[in-house]
Amino acid sequence: MARSVTSRRKSINTALAWGVGLIIFFPILWTILTSFKTEGDAIAYPPKFFFFDWTLENYAIVQERSNYMRYLWNSVIIAGGSTLLGVVIAVPAAWSMAFVPSKRTKDILMWMLSTKMLPAVGVLYPIYLMFIQLGLLDTRIGLVIVLMLINLPIIVWMLYTYFKEIPGEILEAARMDGATLKEEILYVLTPMAIPGIASTILLNIILAWNEAFWTLNLTAAKAGPLTAFIASYSSPEGLFYAKLSAASTMAIAPILILGWFSQKQLVRGLTFGAVK
Amino acid sequence: MATKASRSAARLMMAPAVVLLLGWMLVPLTMTLWFSFRNYLPLRGGDQGFAGFDNYVRFVTSSAFWPAVLATLFIVVGVLIITVVLGVLLALLLDQPMWGQGIVRILVIAPFFVMPTVSGLVWKNMFLDSVNGLFAHIWRFFGAQPVEWMIHQPFASIILIVSWQWLPFATLILLTAIQSLDSEQLEAAEMDGAPALKRFWFIIIPHLSRAITVVLLIQTIFLLSIFAEIFVTTAGAFGSKTLTYLIFQRVLESQNVGLGSAGGVYAIILANIVAIFLMRIVGKNLDA
Repeated sequence: MARSVTSRRKSINTALAWGVGLIIFFPILWTILTSFKTEGDAIAYPPKFFFFDWTLENYAIVQERSNYMRYLWNSVIIAGGSTLLGVVIAVPAAWSMAFVPSKRTKDILMWMLSTKMLPAVGVLYPIYLMFIQLGLLDTRIGLVIVLMLINLPIIVWMLYTYFKEIPGEILEAARMDGATLKEEILYVLTPMAIPGIASTILLNIILAWNEAFWTLNLTAAKAGPLTAFIASYSSPEGLFYAKLSAASTMAIAPILILGWFSQKQLVRGLTFGAVK
Repeated sequence: MATKASRSAARLMMAPAVVLLLGWMLVPLTMTLWFSFRNYLPLRGGDQGFAGFDNYVRFVTSSAFWPAVLATLFIVVGVLIITVVLGVLLALLLDQPMWGQGIVRILVIAPFFVMPTVSGLVWKNMFLDSVNGLFAHIWRFFGAQPVEWMIHQPFASIILIVSWQWLPFATLILLTAIQSLDSEQLEAAEMDGAPALKRFWFIIIPHLSRAITVVLLIQTIFLLSIFAEIFVTTAGAFGSKTLTYLIFQRVLESQNVGLGSAGGVYAIILANIVAIFLMRIVGKNLDA
């Protein structure tokens, strides 16, 4: 709705929007600021906004106390591994549904979506039991599998909607020229599909990184990712705001940056194409 | 266009995803159903035989059930109202011409990328704490007695935290929908002298109704199963125990698997009722 407006009105809009935006962003800003304070400054009254002694000590303490790097590494492996595994399984499925549709394609897509609606708590004990019996409790591979499965429907759906946008005539032309199925996928489809696949990977890394039901219930000290690392701060212990802030900042920073790149995909991925 | 060979190849390519999801759905679901009819206490004697519908009856007649249903309802409805109303207003605002639109968008969307355990703990300690929280500072500044939010206002606290997390989602989807609105229609209404409020009510809201429905349904599915936000803040105390949290406690904390599984079956049925409506909308879009 690009309409010409007076600059007075534009100024009012700008002020209003920035005000609201800053209020919404404030908790994150406050967390980042507090992470650079001493514990004393963190609870000071009146609150200190920018004029305090900036320090990095909290980051050192957090790393020393609970071995942040190990949790970070677990998060990277679990989020990255589950996403890549999911994409490897989903690409062929989405490809065949987009380019060789049958009468049942729509039903299969809808059914896949329905598995996503299954409330996790409803199958908590069976999964927990299977994890114990297969020795998967508190292992990274176990979480990679579970998070891959809960995100697989979203991955298939996103890839499907992207593949759908690739014109089928190009594939037919390649076929006419004698390309085999393998060549068709490798040399024609893949280059055109890469942006879609990249967006899908991005969004699913974010979802897996922030997943906090299975990661909290199926891990302990060994395979816990950052969600579990932060949860260990839920019992207060003296002055700990600055340390909590440092830990939180480290846990959300990587994904905030990825998130800013994936605003558009967010809508497509989370509404299953229902809003474009 | 597809040949027979490519059809069977296609089926083969679909197989891994379909088989995995089928297993993921059927195996645990069957186990939950099975446990829900058993008297199963892993730490106190194990599986003690068939229980009929006892677990189902006991789950709904226990004193924790109705409070949990109410808590779930409060939180889901509260968050839905806040995020949709503020989301529409915010989307309208962000759609206006302004300076630095891209940056404002980023600021507004950011909370969605914060992991639930972080937002739970940051809000609980640094904002809602009755001694050192920022809210307590503000209350004291105005000479009021700081509120012990987590204890006396657990619903308001949890609704605030969860709304903060989901407002970006609602805003982003509604903004996408607003941007697809034909501006000529609005301009024509403006020329004909329709006041801003009427334009909003008779043109913008009907145009958004589909997007609002999608937001409501998707959020309901996610909100019915919020867990971490409660886990790290009240841990289900002070009456903030939702259905999801109650089932979690039955299954893992008190290890009454039969009872918890019956609760799980109720949760699955509830989620499916919501899901049917969502699927209908998505399905319609697929045909278009």
